[in-house]
Amino acid sequence: MTTMRSRINVRDAALSMAAPILAVAFATAVGSLILFVAGDPVGQTWQVMFDTAKQPRSIALIVNQGSVYYLSAIAVAVGFRMNLFNIGVDGQYRLAAFVAALTAAYIPAPGPVRIAAAILAAMVTGALWAGIAGLLRVTRGVSEVISTIMLNAIATSLVAYMLREVSVPVEGSNNIGTKPIPESARIPGIPLIPDSTQDVYGLVVVAVVAGIAYSVLLNRTRFGFDLRATGHSESAAQASGVNVKRMILTAMLISGAFAGLVGLPELLGQAYTYSLTFPAGLGFIGIAIALLGRNHPLGIAVGAALFSFLDVAANPLQIIADVSSEIVTIMQGIIVLAVVIAYEVIRRYRVTQEQRRVARQLEAPTEAQGVPA
Amino acid sequence: MSTTPTTETRRKSTAKAPRRLWPRVLIIISLGIIFLSAVRVVTGADDISSSGALNASLALAVPIGLAGLGGLWSERAGVVNIGLEGMMILGTWGAGFFGWQWGPWAGVLGGVALGALGGLLHAFTTVTFGVDHIVSGVAINILALGATQYLAAVAFSGKPGGGETRSPSIDDMPSLSVPGIGDPLGDLEAKNWFLISDLAAFARSLTVNVNALTIIAVALFVLTWFVLWRTVFGLRLRSCGESPSAAESLGVNVYRYKYYAVITSGALAGLGGAFLAIVASSSYRDGQTGGRGYIGLAAMIFGNWRPGGLGAGAGLFGYTNALQLRRGGESVHALLLVVAVLVIALAAWQLRSGFSRSVAVAGSIGVLVLTWYLLTDEVPEDFTRMTPYIATLLVLALASQRLRMPAADGQIYRRGQAG
Repeated sequence: MTTMRSRINVRDAALSMAAPILAVAFATAVGSLILFVAGDPVGQTWQVMFDTAKQPRSIALIVNQGSVYYLSAIAVAVGFRMNLFNIGVDGQYRLAAFVAALTAAYIPAPGPVRIAAAILAAMVTGALWAGIAGLLRVTRGVSEVISTIMLNAIATSLVAYMLREVSVPVEGSNNIGTKPIPESARIPGIPLIPDSTQDVYGLVVVAVVAGIAYSVLLNRTRFGFDLRATGHSESAAQASGVNVKRMILTAMLISGAFAGLVGLPELLGQAYTYSLTFPAGLGFIGIAIALLGRNHPLGIAVGAALFSFLDVAANPLQIIADVSSEIVTIMQGIIVLAVVIAYEVIRRYRVTQEQRRVARQLEAPTEAQGVPA
Repeated sequence: MSTTPTTETRRKSTAKAPRRLWPRVLIIISLGIIFLSAVRVVTGADDISSSGALNASLALAVPIGLAGLGGLWSERAGVVNIGLEGMMILGTWGAGFFGWQWGPWAGVLGGVALGALGGLLHAFTTVTFGVDHIVSGVAINILALGATQYLAAVAFSGKPGGGETRSPSIDDMPSLSVPGIGDPLGDLEAKNWFLISDLAAFARSLTVNVNALTIIAVALFVLTWFVLWRTVFGLRLRSCGESPSAAESLGVNVYRYKYYAVITSGALAGLGGAFLAIVASSSYRDGQTGGRGYIGLAAMIFGNWRPGGLGAGAGLFGYTNALQLRRGGESVHALLLVVAVLVIALAAWQLRSGFSRSVAVAGSIGVLVLTWYLLTDEVPEDFTRMTPYIATLLVLALASQRLRMPAADGQIYRRGQAG
């Protein structure tokens, strides 16, 4: 959470920056140790990862993957800012991507209209699915953590069922998917990275827009202020006239709408169909990245880039160095754990410093009265 | 605490509760069997009460129940444990690694040990450092998944029958039967008599070919109930989940009890993972847990943070899973009738205390399900897979007032900072 103080404390800022850097260093150290103990080549592993990441193609892949992670983390962060845990981003984006795939494939309209309709359908679907959890929370007091976990599982089965009902075989495999989206409704890639055969998703723009929207919404609108206030103290917000129930429901809907976007860059920019192999599990990575970036739009961007870098760079590890690429998943887990511990320790350190400072200030003039034991 | 009953009524209810509990449980079980039996006769879906289906339910319920039991320990001490899934995954690897080399019992110990390790990590972050419980749990799930996949690749690649995503096979765990009882019960079951055959099937599923680990799991339920509700240790542990500052003022070392609880929680989840690896598939496989840690958590909430209720929840989840495996479409279709009748009965029951929104909701759900039953012949497989989750959501939505979680569950406690 951001501090509400107007005075910028240089030491505080340095501490905040230090936490993620230390976490990454710690994770690298533990990763190296694990590699060493397992008998894998430590130096070669890091070498391969950095060599991979330097290639233009990898950079494009990192941007692509990172934009998807970013959207997922933004969706989670909206909830986090008001103490809501939307564990259900995973189910929300898969259901949304499925509906978007159908919308883009079947609506009889020119390409751009199809694209707009697909994006809208995805956001609405995501919002509605998250809204179920929001509704259960405000009307029946059901914890959103549990209900979103249940909704994830239900979404998995629901999508599997509907996919089987509407599917067509994907060419050249025994995979099944929705009817391919026509050429006119596909979003062309952007040749952003020079010398790369791999284009950047056209919908990278959406991630940037989402980041700006998130930032403006939270920091520049009354709604955002109410949302943050509710996150800090529900009772205080209630007392100042905020309708907390409506805030919870709205926050869930917005979080779900962002979640609906997660699958779109892949769907409209590369896969053109929702098939059995559509990526899953992005919602959980989003949670980790939102934590890493402390719900700050730029912090999340750095976190998304880091996780995406690790994923892309680890791809050739198996082939070149005979090292299992899951070593980076371990590192991602360690980074998250280390960083949340570090943030907590820093927060507590600040509180103690603050208490000492206040105590010193109070002590000076009223020394004679003493402190009651 | 606005609805605290007067001391007198409370004393009465606590004095009576344990004595009343067992008859009530038995009545519910017998009513359930009679009901299922009637549905079987009406619909002709024999599998809904065959001993095969019941046996499978038991086997499927055990890992869910163990994960839920882990959740129970942890949450009774006030620590929410979303990391059960990760601890379970660690358990499957531990069972695969140790079980493959030194036999199934070593596998059990390995699963328990690795699960406990995950629990220790969760305790370390949540209790010692005061990190948010859900944040820590999510991080542990990510870490555990990566760690097991990496360790599996390192440990099992190139081993006979093993590979990156699976361990070499583990020897079987012994199964136990009550001698001389299986055949007569089997004959009775085959007669398809109303009620008698169903009772025989029920008895047979509990006495023939029951895995040793299943028996241990059931024993752990009883043991948990005893330790948490009948010993000083358990009282202190639960007091940490209800009011840690009060516990602290009475001299309880809250941190230590929370550590005990969360490590036990991990060990139980790890045992659940070991069960999956050793009994359910006889090797570690990637993705074996399939979210059962989360279902366990749901079963625990379903069971109102009590071992008996949790057992019932796990049994229900195991049962719907088992039906889906055995001629799923037909069996679950028959189950629709059960659900419709139960929900409508629930609505009627609630109607006694006046018409309310939950009556309307329950009633319309009941009618919808009944219509569905009458208009179709089979339920698609995917819908049967959803059953437990929808059941949990419905229970949470319809009966949330009756659920009571530990008062300080999920709250961060700092020693000496009680307000």
